[in-house]
Amino acid sequence: MYERTRFWEEGASFLLPPQGSTTAHEIDAVFWFITIASTILTILVTIAMVYFIVKYRRKSHADRPVLVHESKWLEVSWIVIPTLLVLVVFFWGFRAYVSTSIPPDDAYEISVKGQKWLWTFEYPNGFVSSGEVVVPVGQPIRFTMTSQDVLHSFFVPEFRIKNDVIPNRYSTVWFEAPREGIYQVVCTEYCGKDHSHMGAHIRVVSRSEFNDYLRNPPGANLPPAEIGAQVWETSGCRACHSIDGSTSTGPSWQGDWGAARPGSTQGTVNDEYIHQSILEPGAYITPGFQNVMPSFQGVLTDAQVNGVAAYIRVLNGAATAADTTMAEEAPETGAVPGAGPADPSQPAGLETGN
Amino acid sequence: MATLAAPRPASAPADTTRYPAGHEPVHNYLKEPKGIWSWLTTVDHKRIGIMYLISVATFFSLGGILALLVRLELFSVGPTIMGAEAYNRVFTMHGVVMVFAFIIPSVMATLGNFLLPLMIGAKDVAFPKLNLLSLYIYWGGMCFAIASIYTGGVDTGWTFYTPYSSSTSTAVLAMGLGVFTAGFSSILTGLNFIVTIHKMRAPGMTWNRLPLFLWSVYATSIVQILATPVIGITMLLLALERILHIGIFDPALGGDPVLFQHFFWFYSHPAVYIMILPAFGIISELMGTFSRQRVYGYRAVALSSVAIALLGFMVWGHHMFTSGQSPVSSVVFSMITFLIGIPSGIKVFNWVWTMYKGSVWLKTPMLYALSFLFLFTIGGVTGVMVGALAVDIHLHDTYFVVAHFHYVMMGGTVIAMLGGLYYWWPKMTGRLYNERLGQISAILVFFGFNMTFLIQFVMGSQGMPRRYYDYPDMPWLEPLHRISTIGSWILAAGLLCTLINGLWSLKRGKLAPGNPWGGATLEWTHATSPPDPHNFARTPLVTHGPYDYEVLFGAGGDGHSSGAPVPNVEVGGPQEAEKSIDDGTRQPT
Repeated sequence: MYERTRFWEEGASFLLPPQGSTTAHEIDAVFWFITIASTILTILVTIAMVYFIVKYRRKSHADRPVLVHESKWLEVSWIVIPTLLVLVVFFWGFRAYVSTSIPPDDAYEISVKGQKWLWTFEYPNGFVSSGEVVVPVGQPIRFTMTSQDVLHSFFVPEFRIKNDVIPNRYSTVWFEAPREGIYQVVCTEYCGKDHSHMGAHIRVVSRSEFNDYLRNPPGANLPPAEIGAQVWETSGCRACHSIDGSTSTGPSWQGDWGAARPGSTQGTVNDEYIHQSILEPGAYITPGFQNVMPSFQGVLTDAQVNGVAAYIRVLNGAATAADTTMAEEAPETGAVPGAGPADPSQPAGLETGN
Repeated sequence: MATLAAPRPASAPADTTRYPAGHEPVHNYLKEPKGIWSWLTTVDHKRIGIMYLISVATFFSLGGILALLVRLELFSVGPTIMGAEAYNRVFTMHGVVMVFAFIIPSVMATLGNFLLPLMIGAKDVAFPKLNLLSLYIYWGGMCFAIASIYTGGVDTGWTFYTPYSSSTSTAVLAMGLGVFTAGFSSILTGLNFIVTIHKMRAPGMTWNRLPLFLWSVYATSIVQILATPVIGITMLLLALERILHIGIFDPALGGDPVLFQHFFWFYSHPAVYIMILPAFGIISELMGTFSRQRVYGYRAVALSSVAIALLGFMVWGHHMFTSGQSPVSSVVFSMITFLIGIPSGIKVFNWVWTMYKGSVWLKTPMLYALSFLFLFTIGGVTGVMVGALAVDIHLHDTYFVVAHFHYVMMGGTVIAMLGGLYYWWPKMTGRLYNERLGQISAILVFFGFNMTFLIQFVMGSQGMPRRYYDYPDMPWLEPLHRISTIGSWILAAGLLCTLINGLWSLKRGKLAPGNPWGGATLEWTHATSPPDPHNFARTPLVTHGPYDYEVLFGAGGDGHSSGAPVPNVEVGGPQEAEKSIDDGTRQPT
């Protein structure tokens, strides 16, 4: 659970969250300039209003206002001065926009997928995590993002980065985090029922910790059923499937194993049925439910899908020995159970020399 | 007729059964012709304006209740009074009802319809039957909207972004049809008003003597005609996408979801100028009358309305800085967005300066006008904030934007409309409202509004996204949400005071003199309260500007005594400058 601990440090204030990225201060500078200038302007207008109301208040119906000659210079000055102010703000905003939106050439690229209602992150070596992404401190990171379904938007308030995440297209944000910690991601383009429950964490860790993480991602060496439990927790399943028998948007996993599915090719809930439900959910809809489940093709690895099946069996008291035993040791090539297929052409982590 | 030498009589005892002497209208448009059928088939612009007023007030109340429900849900982290799917429909319907059913027609169709012919000295608009058709079309569109609400409403956000809106199972088609239909009402009203202003001004009413309210109405009409067809076509395309799966917007079929945003905002940005320009016009009238001083910089204020209307077509992309549109276009849109802030600023400075060496009268309409000046200034400068590229990256789609547009739409348009309603209430109904209750409502609305929305700027810049049912990732924002919700209750109380005031005044309010405020425009000087069904028996001759108070008046009138000057409605008699009404009121000659 993300606990905000950095309230009043590192550039935070009543109006802004802490500055978690190297570019946040540039954006904040423009923000503060406009805020202060606007506040001064508003105060001046208010003072003028209050002064005139008090000084020229009608005291009797016999009051006659004095005819005031209209001054061209007054009119011109309150056109020219705001125009100049506004041009200054425009140029400053424009320059800060240009300088903060172009990622450096040495940015480490992670590919991000948004879908209803979770974020998944894929590393260059093929490892996929969902709900959380671990990145090294002091290293520019570039997220190349796309959506699996509707519009989403990837927003990290503490980094001051945001971009819409669009189906069939790629969009980019980048950042460099100078301090370790956990930073909150929120979805900020309305995307349906659980739009407000589509957060993720960016965990910024030291370089060596990051390299270790990539070599031994969590979920490696876990029994399949535990992998499945983790998937339920962090990959969005819990939004629609309960594990206590209660019916939600989707059928409960409790009581599901072996249940009849009339009209389906498998006939009952078995391994093959579960695989199809995860990868091709639209192929068969359980009677009484809607066709709203997104596909997890390319989002969950084979080990994770097997893990879900194992977990369902455990929930229904039908677990086999294989479900609850740890996987074998990872072979030297780096293919780790629970991780995606390793691509030998990609570095598994970062060179510590960088 | 009142002269400078006329002594102010002692206050008349409150007698609600009689008009002040000489002010009783012989023919009252509210009473003649009689019967509900005569109302439903009327071509009288005043009756049409009243029927629009009842409609938009009803939808405003519906939208307001939905808003209270939204804020109630956000009072605490976690579910409070409803689930996520219900909430998504409630906030969407709040937006759709408020934008399309209430605020787009609001000032133009109610006050615009009622006042335009009166202010230019005409008997009606150029095309009275078309005016009635506009009303029917609006009602037709609202029937589709109600059908959509009845079948569960829509859950897409009022912006209907694809591909969510082309795939969700909620009643998008019915609502889209409602928006499409109601758009024609807007277009035809705009057309009617432009022709009326061009062709039916009384002799002597030059463009330079046009009341500033009408300059705003004119500018708005241009926008209504040019922009509204685009939202109609956009809704049509969305309907075709849903029904025929053509693939214009759905990327799974090769379409472009961002294209929808371009289409949508090409209308919806000019639409916000449809919302605010008539409000600007009301403020001009209020500042003039209640400072009893001509509006400073008439030409600047008049031409800035037209400038805003035209520039408003070139900034739609500032709603889409993070959408994936080209950065070059974002830069251009940002630049023009800044330029469009200048004419609005000019107006505010001119209105404030109007009070300089004037005679400021703090009646309810003026309290609302002063609220507007403060609240719209905040709305305007925060618009500059979200118009700045680098800053908008952080603020887009957060509560900061929500606060900004509520400051300009509610702190701007709604407050100005309330001020206008209080101001023209005696003219429209022949009754005076209760001034004390009016002042209370103005204060409650001002404080309630600020309490609700000022804190939302903070929530937004702290990172609270829009359209969130819950905020589990930011629970520390709960106290801020609570402040906002409590503010909404105070705001609702203030608005309720206005409703009560209106209803009470219709039953028990004192009958109004012709010109309780000492206005200098034709509806005050040449028509009774309420006006004759035909407005004027003979066309007035205009020999002075709309804010030439010193030319016209002795005692300005306080709205509550019969010392108010009698409208210049001589029956027969020799022709003099600006005489020549004979609507049959029993005036001493």
